[in-house]
Amino acid sequence: MTNADEADWRRRSVVAVLPPARPRKLAKVPFVELADGRLQGVVSSGSDVERVYVSSIAADTHAYQCSTNNNRPCGGLRATPCKHLHALADEALLQYGVDRVARYLRVDVGDGVASGAELLARLDGQPEPASAAVVFSRFLRHLAYLEVPVSTAPQPELHWFPATRAGR
Amino acid sequence: MRGAQVAPLRAAPAGLTDALDVVAGFDDALVDGFGRVGERGASALTAFADAFTGTPLGAPVAVAVDAVIAGSVAPQHLAALAGARSALLGAAHDALLAQLDETLGRTRSPWTTPTSVPSEAPAALAGARAWWHEVALTGWRGVDHELLSVAAGVVETSLLVPELRRIAVLLDGLAAELRACVPVATMAQVPARRWADLWARGVLLAEGTPPPDATPSVSGRLLPLGVDVHSHDTAVQVQLHAILEPADGGPARLVRTAVTAAKVDTIVGPAIWRLLSHHPALLTALADKRALTVTDLPLRGGDLSWVDDRVRLDEPADPFATARVLLPAATTAATDPLDRHPAGIAEPVLVEGPVIRDEADALAVEVDGERIPLAVDRLPAAGPLTVDLVATASACLGLLRWDDGRWQLQPLAVLGTVKRRTVQAHNGDWACGVTDPKIAKEEARAGDAVAVLRERAGRLLRR
Repeated sequence: MTNADEADWRRRSVVAVLPPARPRKLAKVPFVELADGRLQGVVSSGSDVERVYVSSIAADTHAYQCSTNNNRPCGGLRATPCKHLHALADEALLQYGVDRVARYLRVDVGDGVASGAELLARLDGQPEPASAAVVFSRFLRHLAYLEVPVSTAPQPELHWFPATRAGR
Repeated sequence: MRGAQVAPLRAAPAGLTDALDVVAGFDDALVDGFGRVGERGASALTAFADAFTGTPLGAPVAVAVDAVIAGSVAPQHLAALAGARSALLGAAHDALLAQLDETLGRTRSPWTTPTSVPSEAPAALAGARAWWHEVALTGWRGVDHELLSVAAGVVETSLLVPELRRIAVLLDGLAAELRACVPVATMAQVPARRWADLWARGVLLAEGTPPPDATPSVSGRLLPLGVDVHSHDTAVQVQLHAILEPADGGPARLVRTAVTAAKVDTIVGPAIWRLLSHHPALLTALADKRALTVTDLPLRGGDLSWVDDRVRLDEPADPFATARVLLPAATTAATDPLDRHPAGIAEPVLVEGPVIRDEADALAVEVDGERIPLAVDRLPAAGPLTVDLVATASACLGLLRWDDGRWQLQPLAVLGTVKRRTVQAHNGDWACGVTDPKIAKEEARAGDAVAVLRERAGRLLRR
């Protein structure tokens, strides 16, 4: 196995194409992903364990949105991103690293950013309506993986996917 | 393993280089797609077809290549191409393993189970087949978000069917890589061999799984050698390599047994062990270095099926002692022909010699003046083996692996040196919890990812 910057990927069966996510605390922001052209995720409500906020930032326009999973608008969302979007950006930086998040959002972080707030300050989007349902259903699908039973049949194809320390 | 056994591995088996060149041409054509092959792709595919002249695959592959070049590819053509590519790499696997068996003096019993044709492919496979077809036409460069969202749907339906678990796990791992790499056209280098490997395996799996054969059962004492951990974002497999001493007094056998859990990307490092908490005997055997008594476990080739209530913890057993005493004479078994590929070679060996840094600053273990490079990028974060610890080792118990023209040793356990004391470290040391206080503190600070997500699932799912 070898890294992206090393010589030849072409003729290797085992290369680390996708670095594993870096470990982070999940209690506040259980779900973050770079998908569907957005940085999106789910933020647990600080006051109500039954409630979660769905937050997203579009990669192309930097338009942002935050609402509950029942599509009620987030009270903290005004002309600037709310605390949920800040938490989402913080955790995305932890999970994926600055470079991958910046590349996905097409934002220049030449001298680096140290926090979600600094990242958000470099975006120039406006709040724009977006459906929470799509992101929330992706989160539910994500959680559903934990309900899939353990298999005791060998999975020979996983030899192409060795566990690695990269990313830690 | 002695130095004299290392030297013969430097010579490539006859025909290997030629076979892999033919495969490389095929793989490049798949980067651009079989939907519209250019001149270069057409000549690479023709060379690929020529390699099968005079074999039973000769005619179907020639027909398939003609169809690709004519722009009229049907599903059976792609199946023929995937089968042929798998046959070439299967032959490469056989040649490499024969070379290794000879130098190690390892006896391997041949595969005797007849390969049966799948009776009927489950309906859920239709989507998978269509996806592999589409991706072959468009090529890796043509993969877009739309095609990847189709893949997500296929994964979702097949993950729920136990017989389709392999194809779901494979497709989910590949799709995540493609998602991170789209648009592939802008990549500096495309992992053409790797993705073609996964494509060919996916096409074969999508033909359906053969009906389960009558697998013989074995009983005896299972002495662990080491544990190999595989994972991508949504799956983790823990595969134990061990010596089975059959209860009937037959010769010791080298076997492996695996459990695979579904997971999400944020469950990484030592947290993966918590996903396997329903297999306490396995985890305790790994963490406490215990042997296991097994009763009537199905054994297919060298793969022992784990069944919890037929496994009992036994006396402590030092994996290094097992490797020293029992591994050299243990017999092993051939792999299922459909699973043969150089990337699947993982042969346990013990190499007793110091780890050194070579001229290129890469780690290698040295024995009798011969060096074996160490695959230190295969050290799982779920265990205590780090590059720094491996660098201090005086012995490595690991798996011999082959990729892109060279053998490497993947450490599963080492005799390392910490503060001038010799210590044993094994991949499975933390199976029942992290024993390194510093890492345990880090883990405690991060909280229990599995518990947090299960709590969220409990509240939010099924509403």
